[in-house]
Amino acid sequence: MIYLVVGSGPAGVVAAERLRKLDPLANISLIGSEPEPPYSRMAIPYYLTDKIQEHGTYLRKTAMHFEKLNIQLVQQTVTSIDTEFNRLITDDGETRRYDKLLLATGSRPVVPPVPGIDAPGVHNCWTLEDAREIIKLAKPGASVVLMGAGFIGCIVLESLALRDVRLTVVEMENRMVPRMMNDISGNMIKRWCEEKGVSVHTSTRAESIEALDAGKLRVNMSNGQSVDADLVISATGVKPNIEYLAESGVYTDQGIVVNDYLQTSNEDIYAAGDVCQGKDFNTGEYTVQAIQPTAVEHARVAAANMVRGHRTEHVGNLNMNVLDTIGLVSASFGQWMGVPGGDSAELVNEKEYKYLNLQFKDDVLVGGSSLGLTQHVGVIRGLIQSETKLGSWKERLQKDPLKVMEAYLACSQSQVATA
Amino acid sequence: MAWTRQILRVNLTEGTCIAEPLNMDWANQYLGQRGLATRYLVEEVDPKVDALAPENKMIMATGPLTGTMASTGGRYSVITKSPLTGAVACSNSGGFFGAELKNAGWDMIIFEGKAASPMYLHIENESATLVDASDLWGKSCWETDELLHAKHQDPQIRVACVGRSAESGCLYSAIINDLHRAAGRSGVGTVMASKNLKAVSVRGTLGVGNIKDPARFMKSVKAGKKVLAENPVTGEGLPALGTQVLMNVINEVGAMPTRNMQEVQFEGASKISGEAMLEPRASDGKPNLTRNGGCFACTIACGRISTIDREHFSVKDKPQYWGNSGGLEYEAAWALGSDTGVDDLDALTYVNFICNEDGMDPISFGATVAAAMELYEKGVITTQHTGGMELKFGSAEALCWAVEQSATGEGFGADINLGSRRLCEKYGRPELSMTVKGQEFPAYDPRGIQGMGLTYATSNRGACHLRGYTVSSEILGVPEKTDPLTTDGKAGLVKAFQDATAAVDSAGLCIFTTFAWSLDDISPQIDAACDGDWSPERLVEVGERVWQLERDFNMKAGMTGADDTLPDRLLKDAAKTGPASGKVCELGNMLPEYYQLRGWSADGNLTAETRSKFGLPS
Amino acid sequence: MQKSLSIDPGKCTGCLQCEMACSLENEGVFNTAKSRIKVFTFHEEGKFVPYTCTQCDEAWCMHACPVDAIVVNAATGSKDVISDLCVGCKVCTIACPFGTVNYNADSGKVVKCDLCGGDPQCVDACPTDAITYVDANATGLDKMRQWAEKTDNTVGS
Repeated sequence: MIYLVVGSGPAGVVAAERLRKLDPLANISLIGSEPEPPYSRMAIPYYLTDKIQEHGTYLRKTAMHFEKLNIQLVQQTVTSIDTEFNRLITDDGETRRYDKLLLATGSRPVVPPVPGIDAPGVHNCWTLEDAREIIKLAKPGASVVLMGAGFIGCIVLESLALRDVRLTVVEMENRMVPRMMNDISGNMIKRWCEEKGVSVHTSTRAESIEALDAGKLRVNMSNGQSVDADLVISATGVKPNIEYLAESGVYTDQGIVVNDYLQTSNEDIYAAGDVCQGKDFNTGEYTVQAIQPTAVEHARVAAANMVRGHRTEHVGNLNMNVLDTIGLVSASFGQWMGVPGGDSAELVNEKEYKYLNLQFKDDVLVGGSSLGLTQHVGVIRGLIQSETKLGSWKERLQKDPLKVMEAYLACSQSQVATA
Repeated sequence: MAWTRQILRVNLTEGTCIAEPLNMDWANQYLGQRGLATRYLVEEVDPKVDALAPENKMIMATGPLTGTMASTGGRYSVITKSPLTGAVACSNSGGFFGAELKNAGWDMIIFEGKAASPMYLHIENESATLVDASDLWGKSCWETDELLHAKHQDPQIRVACVGRSAESGCLYSAIINDLHRAAGRSGVGTVMASKNLKAVSVRGTLGVGNIKDPARFMKSVKAGKKVLAENPVTGEGLPALGTQVLMNVINEVGAMPTRNMQEVQFEGASKISGEAMLEPRASDGKPNLTRNGGCFACTIACGRISTIDREHFSVKDKPQYWGNSGGLEYEAAWALGSDTGVDDLDALTYVNFICNEDGMDPISFGATVAAAMELYEKGVITTQHTGGMELKFGSAEALCWAVEQSATGEGFGADINLGSRRLCEKYGRPELSMTVKGQEFPAYDPRGIQGMGLTYATSNRGACHLRGYTVSSEILGVPEKTDPLTTDGKAGLVKAFQDATAAVDSAGLCIFTTFAWSLDDISPQIDAACDGDWSPERLVEVGERVWQLERDFNMKAGMTGADDTLPDRLLKDAAKTGPASGKVCELGNMLPEYYQLRGWSADGNLTAETRSKFGLPS
Repeated sequence: MQKSLSIDPGKCTGCLQCEMACSLENEGVFNTAKSRIKVFTFHEEGKFVPYTCTQCDEAWCMHACPVDAIVVNAATGSKDVISDLCVGCKVCTIACPFGTVNYNADSGKVVKCDLCGGDPQCVDACPTDAITYVDANATGLDKMRQWAEKTDNTVGS
């Protein structure tokens, strides 16, 4: 049995390991396009702040990890797939045959249509190589413009702030992290950043980037202002890597479309991770989530189905995220924006930068978002995903949303009889 | 070490919060909490000051073991001059507030002056801020606690506050922390309210370190916990029945003051006892007691968590009182029950809830109501004064009415809130006030437990059991049994208890540990935690120094040896029933010897020699 | 035979000895704010519920970790955070459906119960045996396991 796994991010690595566990004798290759050992993009921000060395970003730390598992690491870029003969073609012209193929090719930054975006000194923050370039340019005191205050923008922002650069953020939406935070909490993060000395322009777009002398750049913004910068980081979003599938017949939409066994339209090909348009736990819709826990979950489910046939159903992942913006921790879960006909609970403490929002459908939690809270936040996931009926605790949570851990203990563990 | 070595000085007049280093010379002489804070009070406050004037100060102080794992190491005390007694007040409380304060990095807070308008102090570790509390003024302690939690949106903050009684000037108002723990006695809450200080909210996440020898400390802490667990009182009696384990015991020995101390046994004692709290009630089959609860670090867990029968008249239409809250401790059950002649457990629980909710000391409240009932039965107080309420002994209805009056200070509540002495003086019958130095007695009749008579008469904060609990020896046989009906050796016994207690209070530990612990158990814990030598002998010396210092303050405040006495009822009216039948309290047999042991003159003044022996400030 | 923590809230008095023992063992200081076990108080109901990681088989935190900083302790079965490897990304804190992996802003790392390497100090400190360390099969952890299964995304894996 030959398994090929394309993409050596978390989904690819976990899938390859899982395949090995389930099929000890199979031939397993993990194909990645970057020259590094498999590493985590999640860890790059911490590399930028010198919290860790490059080695610290590696997904697996033990020496010879993949060799010991007899997983072959291949550095190649896949250019197309020949589904008729079950083989893929790489950029050096080679072909590789597979019995089962897992596509975990991830995503890449979008390039915003801004004149000058290709100027030297404009970087993404996506790969280790990007990180190395940023470290070179983001010296203390340097002026840095960050385009995009989404999840990736904000996580980079944290590392840049810690490098003591003068930072300007440009975000099109009216608040920061618009896909995780609502108006209130998104603007609390904005205010927090401003208090930390970051200049934040929301509802603003970068209109052009000019190359000045001595490697300097000038970013002209839609609000008429402009900023001179030593470095511009573009973090305006990501999109799945699916172009190589154009001729393959594998069905794609936003990402690679899969069924509830993470199988693509081709019976021998599965998909996982950021490239995979899989089922959402809350809505039942098929979406690209592009988050670490979902990638890992996809990988485990896909690998099981690739080896054992379709015995492991993917019931959908909860979309969730956690972010640290210069020390202010935020998290979002599921339908944090609420559902039609649902109820909500909200706690706002502008002064102390605390925020908690819970969303209910009937007496079941379906979403939530938090700011400034670091204790027991995972239980929001637990309550959503177990679809626990909260009963009288819903009302108590509406009065005091911070009692969410208590609600879980009372409703799920039956350890607290009602008075 | 173990001290944070940092104190917070809050000047309410100026609106300032300033950190200053702890005076370590004093810490070495007075250890912490009760002793150390008294040293600061003596230094900074004129003993003759009006207790409710801005010139009085109020100190919230932890001990070196507060916030550690030493069993019961979660306590704090409030030290000030008492408006009820005019003596030094030191009210000790458990719960979680004290440990939180220590975790925020503070050994104590000294409050001085008076705010122009209501304020509360909010502490988050090193940050301390005075915040406008006009929205909290007029609220009960429970409402205040809830509002502060809602405002700061942190379930972990701990709140100590005063209720409406203190705002209205009730002279026995407590400071309530953690909803139902109280720095209860001597009107410390009244002082707090007089400063326009409504509450202190604290969040501390710094932790308590600074342990001199952590390994030795943990070894002695574990040994101490084992002793508590294996002792029948601290290991079984108190967890199961709380201090209410005493109700039937004390009644049987004929030392249960009843109906304003006219009698020494209460026929209804068993109905309001710890055992009765375990009996399923008719309405819902649940007992009064839900479970026991522990204060911070306490491995005894004598605290009562109770509910009131929902069908009881007191709460029938008040669902807000249907949940669990702090239940009856022995002293409260006695004062609210035996002393008023009321044997209705649910009524007592309700009244106890209200005392917690609005911050009244249930001992002083119950004893004052008992005095009012006697005045009523003697025709001195009439329904004209009470607005129609028949204030008769045994009336649960009258008791529940009285507590609601006291909570707000409205109507007859203003009279009750004077406390027993001023109430009886107001109605021209001072001899009916069962008080020493203006503070109401607790639950042990000194005719049946002679040593307690001396304890009460000489207590530095007025009548109090917690200044020298000879009940341990005279009734429970700890550390050794003495005869409760004789006075022989009691002077020495009382002194020994007083000194040891002062040391325990100054350490940050709970006095209830001493049912099982001797200073030999306590000293290794303090010694391993704190710099310096803290042998048992040294602790006794510190305890005595504290005692002498408190006495000195009181004498300078204008008290004399003549204040070391008991009401005539206890000295002249013999007990009518029980083992002590025919006995009065023979205080005169004990007092001179006690003065001598203390190194005081025959009229009760500290001699120059004694002052110098203990290094007291001039 | 592997052992696990068994918690009987009925016996808990809310004294927080467990939290202090935990913080002392792991942080070298008495500090309930840094405890990996937490006692939740239900005032109205008169209940105290100690709660910490159940070392669930699903190991959500471990699988969610992007840098392999959470590993199974072969001796105890606990899922341990390797502090040197943890970058503080907090993904495990949202992945754990029990809310028992938490971020410590002071260290910039996450913390969770590691059973103190097989000698859980909370158990030693508990005065009422509300927390015990017993054979895994006898813990009555069934309820928690059921919960874990309910949260599991996969059926039959």
